[in-house]
Amino acid sequence: MKLGVLALQGAFVEHINILKELDVEPVEIRRLSHFSDDLDGLIFPGGESTAISKLLNESGLLAPIKDAVLGGMPAFGTCAGMILLSGQVEGLGTGTIPVLDVLVRRNGYGRQLGSFSTVAHFEGVGDVPMVFIRAPYILEIHGSVEILTEIDGKIVAVRQNSILATAFHPELTENADIHKFFIEMIASQ
Amino acid sequence: MPPLIRCAILLLLIIVLEDIGVQQEQNNQYTLNKNLAQMLKGGVIMDVTTAEQAKIAEKAGACAVMALERIPADIRAAGGVSRMSDPKMIKMIQATVTIPVMAKCRIGHIAEAQILEAIEIDYIDESEVLSPADDIYHVDKTQFRVPFVCGAQDLGEALRRIAEGAAMIRTKGEPGTGDIIQAVRHMRKIMSQIRGLTSKSPDELAEAAKQLAAPYELVKQTAETGRLPVVNFAAGGVATPADAALMMQLGAEGVFVGSGIFKSGDPAKRAAAIVKAVTNYDDPKMLAELSEDLGDAMVGINEDEIELLMAERGI
Repeated sequence: MKLGVLALQGAFVEHINILKELDVEPVEIRRLSHFSDDLDGLIFPGGESTAISKLLNESGLLAPIKDAVLGGMPAFGTCAGMILLSGQVEGLGTGTIPVLDVLVRRNGYGRQLGSFSTVAHFEGVGDVPMVFIRAPYILEIHGSVEILTEIDGKIVAVRQNSILATAFHPELTENADIHKFFIEMIASQ
Repeated sequence: MPPLIRCAILLLLIIVLEDIGVQQEQNNQYTLNKNLAQMLKGGVIMDVTTAEQAKIAEKAGACAVMALERIPADIRAAGGVSRMSDPKMIKMIQATVTIPVMAKCRIGHIAEAQILEAIEIDYIDESEVLSPADDIYHVDKTQFRVPFVCGAQDLGEALRRIAEGAAMIRTKGEPGTGDIIQAVRHMRKIMSQIRGLTSKSPDELAEAAKQLAAPYELVKQTAETGRLPVVNFAAGGVATPADAALMMQLGAEGVFVGSGIFKSGDPAKRAAAIVKAVTNYDDPKMLAELSEDLGDAMVGINEDEIELLMAERGI
C-alpha cells in the first residue's frame, strides 16, 4: 500500500514515521510532481490550516487533490487536516476540499492553554489516547457522516464513506490504532 | 496502630499523591507544549507590530506571529531599554488572527512572563532581543503552563534552556541585522555537536555533558535520537527566501523572520515568498522563481559594523 502525506507545513514527519512502522509506503507530497492518481490514499496532517490551504492553492496541488478526493480517493485528516476536508468552516464558509458534510469550528477549545490530552472511545477501535492541540471540533453533521468519537458533547472524530477525520493527533502518540483503522478502511473498499 | 499515627500516615500519603498529581499535570502540559511546536514545523513565524501587519502575515501563510511593539531592527536603531510589549497591543493581534500568537519577555523577567500567560499567549519567547532583566538566571519555565521558546548559539545552551523548561529552541542569530552569518554559525554548531554526540560511548557522554554544561539525561537523549529533544527553528538575520532555504538545508525545522519582512519594500510579497521557500527549500528552480522581483530587501548591517551583540545576552 502507498499513502501520500501532504508535506507542505506541519507535523507530517510524525505520520510518515507511523506509516513506516505499519509497513505502508509513505509518499511526501510537496509539489505537483509528487502527486499521482495511483496513491491508495492521502493523509492531511496537523499544522496551521490557513498556511497549508494557501500553500495547496499556490503549489497547483489543490485542483488534482480535490478532484482525486472528491472522486473517491480515501483521505484521513488530523486537526488542520480535518478543517481542510470539512464542507463548511465556521466564519470562512466552504472548506478547501469540501468532502465531509460537516460544519467545523476552528480553535474550538481556545488557545494553547486549552490544549489537552485524554483517553476516549473510538468507535470500532476501543479506547485510544487522544492529543488535542488548539484543536477544532465538529458543530454539525449531515448526510451519511458517522460519529466515531464524541467528548463532552463535542464531535471530534467522524467518518463518511472513504473519508476519516479526527480533531486530535493520533500521530503524536505511540498508538497506531487510528492509522490501522484508516488502512483497513482502504483495504475493505 | 494508634489513631493519631494512622491519621498522620494518611495525611502524608495524601500529600505525596497530590505531589505526584501536580508533577504529572506539569509533565502533561510540557508534552502538549512541545506538541504545539511540532505543528509549527515547516512554517514561518513572523514579527508583527500591528493588527494590520498580523493580517498580512496570516494571509501570506505564516504559521504563527510574534507580537511586539518594535521589530529588532528598530530596537537596535533606537537603543535604550527594550521591554515586553503593551498587553493591549498583543490582545488586538490575538483578536485579529486565528494562527498562534507569540510574544517576548525579557530574559529572567518572571513577572513579564506571568503577564503574558495571563493574557493566554500561545508561546512566550524569552528573548535576547529585549534588554535582559537578569544577567544570571533565566525564567524557571517549568512553573508555567504556557510554552516557551528560547534562543541558543550552541548545543549546551539549547539543552540548558530545555532543562529550564523551554518547549522549543531557535538559533539566536543576530536579530535586526538582515545578516544571516550568525544564524548559520549557531545552526551549524548545534547540528555538528549533535552529530558528534551520536558516536560517543556512555562514559564519553558523561564527559560531554560536563563540557556542554548540560544535564546528562538530556545529553544522553540527544545522543540516542540524533536530534534536539524539542523542535528547533532558525532565527536572527533571515531576510530573503534564499536565507530561509539555507537555514532549512542546514537542519532548521522552520524559520522566524523578524525585521526581514516589514523592513522590506513589499512585505506581503516577500512574506509569501519566504513561506513557500521554507516548504520548497530543496527545489532550486522554485527558489529562483520565488526570489524574483521582490523589491528591496531590508538594508542590513554586517556583523562587524554592529556595536551590540544581542546573541551574547543570556547564555
